[in-house]
Amino acid sequence: MVSQALIKDFEALLGKENVLTSVADLQSYSYDSAVLTPVTPAMVIRPGTTEHLGQCVKKLYDEGIPMTVRGAGTNLSGGTIPDSTDTVVILTNGLNRILEINVNDLYAVVEPGVVTADFAAAVARKNLFYPPDPGSQAVSTIGGNISENAGGLRGLKYGVTKDYLMGIEFFDATGELVKSGSRTVKCVTGYNLPGMMVQAEGTLGVISQAILKLVPPPRASRALVAVFDELQNAAEAVAGIIAAHVVPCTLEFLDNNTIVRVDDFTKAGLPREAAAMLLIEVDGHPAQVEDDAAAVERVLRANKASEVLVPRDAAEKFKLWEARRMALPVLARCRPTTVLEDATVPRSQIPAMMKAINEIARKYRLEMGTFGHAGDGNLHPTFLCDRRDHDEFQRVEEAIDELFDTAIKLQGTLSGEHGIGTAKAKWMEKETSRGTILFSQRLRRALDPKGLLNATKLVGI
Amino acid sequence: MNSLSQLARRLMALDDKIVACMRCGLCQAVCPMFGASGYEADVARGKLALINNLAHEMIQDPEAVADKLGRCLLCGSCQASCPPGVHIMDIFVEAREVVNAYLGLHPVKKMVFRTLLPKPGLFNFAMRVGATMQGCVFRKSKDAQGTVCAPMLDFMLGDRHMRPLAKKPLHARYGSISEARRPGGLRVAFYPGCMGDKMYVDMAEACLKVLRHHEVAVFMPAGLACCGIPALSSGDADGMLRQMQVNLDLLNPVAFDYLVTPCGSCTATIKEYWPRYASRLDEAAAERAARVAAKTMDINAFLVDVLKVQAVEPAANATKVTFHDSCHLKKSLGISSQPRTLIGANSAYTLQEMAEADRCCGCGGSFNLFHYDYSRKIGQRKRDNVAASGAEVVATGCPACMMQLEDVLSHNQDNVRVKHPIEIYAESL
Ligand SMILES: Cc1cc2nc3c(=O)[nH]c(=O)nc-3n(C[C@H](O)[C@H](O)[C@H](O)COP(=O)(O)OP(=O)(O)OC[C@H]3O[C@@H](n4cnc5c(N)ncnc54)[C@H](O)[C@@H]3O)c2cc1C
Ligand code: SF4
Ligand code: SF4
Repeated sequence: MVSQALIKDFEALLGKENVLTSVADLQSYSYDSAVLTPVTPAMVIRPGTTEHLGQCVKKLYDEGIPMTVRGAGTNLSGGTIPDSTDTVVILTNGLNRILEINVNDLYAVVEPGVVTADFAAAVARKNLFYPPDPGSQAVSTIGGNISENAGGLRGLKYGVTKDYLMGIEFFDATGELVKSGSRTVKCVTGYNLPGMMVQAEGTLGVISQAILKLVPPPRASRALVAVFDELQNAAEAVAGIIAAHVVPCTLEFLDNNTIVRVDDFTKAGLPREAAAMLLIEVDGHPAQVEDDAAAVERVLRANKASEVLVPRDAAEKFKLWEARRMALPVLARCRPTTVLEDATVPRSQIPAMMKAINEIARKYRLEMGTFGHAGDGNLHPTFLCDRRDHDEFQRVEEAIDELFDTAIKLQGTLSGEHGIGTAKAKWMEKETSRGTILFSQRLRRALDPKGLLNATKLVGI
Repeated sequence: MNSLSQLARRLMALDDKIVACMRCGLCQAVCPMFGASGYEADVARGKLALINNLAHEMIQDPEAVADKLGRCLLCGSCQASCPPGVHIMDIFVEAREVVNAYLGLHPVKKMVFRTLLPKPGLFNFAMRVGATMQGCVFRKSKDAQGTVCAPMLDFMLGDRHMRPLAKKPLHARYGSISEARRPGGLRVAFYPGCMGDKMYVDMAEACLKVLRHHEVAVFMPAGLACCGIPALSSGDADGMLRQMQVNLDLLNPVAFDYLVTPCGSCTATIKEYWPRYASRLDEAAAERAARVAAKTMDINAFLVDVLKVQAVEPAANATKVTFHDSCHLKKSLGISSQPRTLIGANSAYTLQEMAEADRCCGCGGSFNLFHYDYSRKIGQRKRDNVAASGAEVVATGCPACMMQLEDVLSHNQDNVRVKHPIEIYAESL
């Protein structure tokens, strides 16, 4: 329980404006972007320095109060929904300083509340590049990106957040400061704790600082768009591109229903009969880019693309990629509730997965649109429904069960980038093993003896 | 049924609109209020959640929800970038009305919206008294913007640096204007807006000069009232209806080809809210409002789209001017290129874009009155972008933004003047 005395203590430490206790304020931290039931926390605190952050964690631990860390609250798996009404939510948006951008050693040091797009822009101003670009980057935080191992459009060539995390500082559940990794490319001092904190979803500690790797920006890029009458051909084209030893930075996919829905909305004259569209971008050294683009074009034509479009300039590319940008906004407009999944399969299994998705939609009488990152097999099957319609929403839940079963059967995974949280916790064992759950729980209990950090998330504690 | 349930039931009418919010949180990126405070309850996602909870009786404190709803500039930035296109402004305006009907309107607002603003005679009298008296209380702020501050009225106006009220407002200078249409020419109704009439009279006169230059006949009846947006955004639909009725009686659409205003907020209100709310008056009003709305245009858009004013090459040592996109112009009406073209039509100026040109300046009408501290904080970010552009002049197509820019620039002692694009264009004629 949060006592009046504790509230006073936090107010003394952080200032009144950084301790929220009114019902209206508390209710606004009861949800995140997942379609789940909200839970209202007992108190919300916003430390403005990492020292204060550590003191907050220690105090809450000493008092035995559950805690949930919250960045922008855009995760899609319920990771920031309080575990109970006793929970205290710790905000990181008071910790949003970029501490260093080192152009010689190619790294940056940031606080956890820095917004991804702000950081990427600051890095770009120094003529460097931070590639991870989740669709939520305009608001998502680095702490949230690390904790969900966020990916994005550039995953295939540039990797995801974990590939950029060089070092980390965090407070463990008891408020003790832990440091691991370094500013150097090589570092084998102790356990690889940055690796442990990646996709930990706020269950192992509270991140207070991160050292991120930067890379030189590509000097040139070229985009292509291809239309296919058969899904199989699109999939073979994807495989063919990789087999031709081209690694595009972006290789995106839109299914028929997404194309039709986007065309309904934008009247852009998209190929409404097409089974799939691929949007591809290659980048790097200008000469290499020319070669790669030509190779990709050859592969697309060899695999029976009914149309291949090569935009001549940035403006034309912007127009052609409208379909991809509009995919989620348009699907989200169709029905009141949008459930965005991210089941992921090995690249070669995309046709099988798409076939299963279409069958599932038919079987459960649901409308779906699927788009996503074809290059890494990370699809976003999206359910368009109305959560107020209990019968329909029940069917959505059953369909999701079947979707995950299929993904696992195809040797894929429940979640490519959206995380487990509470939304997918029940499927964890199916994809992994009983031992995995037990091991993870023992790990958690050892590190968080009172079970206070995001207790119901991931494997539970 | 208790009245809280009634309140909830009225709000449930918004349920279909509210449920469209997918809680993606992307509105955080553009919300000026969230940018200044960082509280989730201040961003659209948070406010929509609270309205939803009030509608479902999950929160019993309408006052607290009203307080949160008031922490908003109604700038529409969230709606303009909302992926599923939630009708956020409609929800906010209607929720304010419902909650306000339950809580009752603030007595000062009630006096202003119900008595002063619908009665132009009384309002004008009050402002005239204010204009003559202000010499006693206002002190010149020694700035490039020509604002004054009012140390004696600190309790009311805070530390605002405001343009003084004009000694003689536009309507007193011109009375009613009713020029005859030239053969084959256009006739427009000119709606100066309250601020064009009483504070930025030079700007309103620049509009008249430009219209004359283009041989457009002007119709400006005496007795026009406020467009109604201050009342509506305070949840006072009745006050807004009274003001609109006065205007509709004076603005017979047969008399003009277009209705032009130099105020983005007035244009947006007349085009979007008049037709919707006039149906609450009667059928004749609804029909007239729809016809007036269809003829209404922002003056920048009118000059560029209808009169085909074009940009020219800037002169060698042209004055650097930067442009601030007013929210109502850009986000509600989609007007952003025309004012820039109009600025470009004067070769003595050259446009230098600032960063975040379309980020809200923080004025937000009565938001500025009730949350001046936040308004200033939001304005400071705009000021920093203006200053960084190196421009000597900042132009914007909305008098409320002009007032806000003058206030923040004056406080920073910046040597940057504030102008409406129409003034810049008028200087070239
Ligand atoms: C429209 C939309 C598009 C999206 N697109 C993508 C995409 O392309 N790729 C992708 O991977 N994801 C995507 N996401 C999901 C989500 O945005 C990402 O998971 C993002 O990384 C979450 O960041 P956040 O700051 O919002 O974190 P939050 O949601 O606030 O938190 C996420 C988790 O991290 C924990 N956490 C946050 N900060 C800390 C900290 N300092 N220390 C310890 N734990 C912490 C929280 O407790 C929680 O468990 C999308 C979401 C939306 C709504
Ligand atoms: S951007 Fe729109 S859908 Fe997303 S949270 Fe904000 S209001 Fe809701
Ligand atoms: S209208 Fe403006 S201030 Fe209000 S919630 Fe939307 S973006 Fe924020």
